[in-house]
Amino acid sequence: MGIRILKAGLLTTVQDMGRTGYQSQGFGVAGVMDVRSFKIANLLLDNPENEAVLEFTLIGPTLEFTSACIIAITGGDFHPEVNGEPAPMYTALYMKKGDILKFGSARTGSRGYIAFSGYLKIPVVMGSRCTSLNSKIGGFKGRKLMEGDYISFRIKRNYLPFFLSRKLDLHEYDEESVTLRVVMGPQDDMFSKQGIHNFLNEEYTVTSDFDRMGCRLEGPFIAPKTTSDIISEGIALGSIQVPSHGKPIILLADRQTTGGYAKIATVISVDIPKLVQRKTDQKIRFEAVSVEEAQRLYQEEENSYIAMHALIHKPCKEVLVVRQVAKRIRRLFPDEA
Amino acid sequence: MEDIRILTAGDSSLLIEFGHEINPEINRKIKSMVELMKEQHIEGVLDVIPAFCSLLINYDPRVTSYAEITRRMKKLLKVETSAGSEKKKVYEIPVCYGGKYGPDLAFIAEHAGMSEEEVIALHSSKDYLIYMLGFLPGFCYLGGLDERLHTPRLATPRIKIDAGSVGIGGSQTGIYPMDSPGGWQLMGMTPVKTYDPERETPILVEAGDYIRFVPVDEDEYLRIKEQVARGEYECTIREGEV
Repeated sequence: MGIRILKAGLLTTVQDMGRTGYQSQGFGVAGVMDVRSFKIANLLLDNPENEAVLEFTLIGPTLEFTSACIIAITGGDFHPEVNGEPAPMYTALYMKKGDILKFGSARTGSRGYIAFSGYLKIPVVMGSRCTSLNSKIGGFKGRKLMEGDYISFRIKRNYLPFFLSRKLDLHEYDEESVTLRVVMGPQDDMFSKQGIHNFLNEEYTVTSDFDRMGCRLEGPFIAPKTTSDIISEGIALGSIQVPSHGKPIILLADRQTTGGYAKIATVISVDIPKLVQRKTDQKIRFEAVSVEEAQRLYQEEENSYIAMHALIHKPCKEVLVVRQVAKRIRRLFPDEA
Repeated sequence: MEDIRILTAGDSSLLIEFGHEINPEINRKIKSMVELMKEQHIEGVLDVIPAFCSLLINYDPRVTSYAEITRRMKKLLKVETSAGSEKKKVYEIPVCYGGKYGPDLAFIAEHAGMSEEEVIALHSSKDYLIYMLGFLPGFCYLGGLDERLHTPRLATPRIKIDAGSVGIGGSQTGIYPMDSPGGWQLMGMTPVKTYDPERETPILVEAGDYIRFVPVDEDEYLRIKEQVARGEYECTIREGEV
């Protein structure tokens, strides 16, 4: 009763919202890169907000279901297929025993997510099921998934009310350039006027140096007044550190807990998903907002989840389209196929 | 609190800057602040990262706001803490120096212009303050290494350094808490696990505690290693005046 990994993809890990509370001991938070896609995947299945999912990167995995389960696929579009037929994303999807779910490489975005109604049977380590690749703890044996790995489900849960209503709009990540809103600081006073001007007015390009730890950008020089070396201090998610070479690095889920470079600004929480779904050579601009504005946007994002939850918890109008209903119901009765 | 600055670090974190230098006095203030925060259970605080001279506070903006958390921190910073008469906690860490346990001891000695015995005596002669933990789970940034022992890092870092290795990198000394690549000069090995994910408290020490290295011979090292493996070894903890 679970899933078998037939092909692992490039980097597929078990993740949730991360291991908080242990950073003072040197344990990084880890957790999902794209919190928004993660939350929507769980929301589509009425899973607990912090239920563990699979996160995959650039090239997706191939999974075999050894028992029935309802899943939801979110994030970038990796051409999902079930038994060779295109499968919908942002929809509650019924998988039968023996079904093969296959992903290709990312057409849009760079990270994908699968949530499971049966909940992945992964031990909780220090309050989280997430894989910390740096600390080699949590998730599946503290490492990325490999061919042949098997993960059981914790429960059997193959029924969800309002099943046909459980679909949300697809996210397209095909914008030429995205603008990331930032709160300036904590060390913006260490950079020259010209450096800050460049940062807020010029375009930056995502380099291939982009992993779960951080994203290095190429673009106009952000000059420090003297040096950008500081005495090592704690690092927040989304911190934009600029070493003396003047090129920004945005620190993400697998960042180290502490670091010794000045940080010009911090990407606001709701814009991190936009960044982590970028690909190499895509463009980024920065725009400064106040911390109050950032927190207002955070609350707005929270409200949007409540709205989505309401949307998928009422009978949908397609119930009236008999042929469509029949098609979806047929999947629930494998023997009749 | 005249030198203390509260800075924003995005919409979910706050950085309190206690100064711009590495000294035990500032570090102690940070430790007191962390303890105060623990006692007071500030609503919405998820995680704190005490460092050399700053404290990063991660909070949940759904529970508290920037204005509210700043106000609470300012209030806490005004609380007078009893500095001066504090006790310090010193963890005695047994180390088997040299030989196969410390392949770079000879280089460190040569660089310092001392014998290996003198290096060992000097390295194990003082209590090192744990300024902060970071980099890896349980990795301690220790202060106070004698200047004569400052040794440049390896030109080519090793691919794998075993957990428990004790070394020197530049002006720092410390213990590798887990197997990892690294460029420090290795002088010895401790059988004590400073990080053990299976233990109830995975990390042995806290920022603000001290470490004292205690030289042991190979027999003693192996004996302790066995005790550690059986889960029977308890690190000696000494209390002292700061």
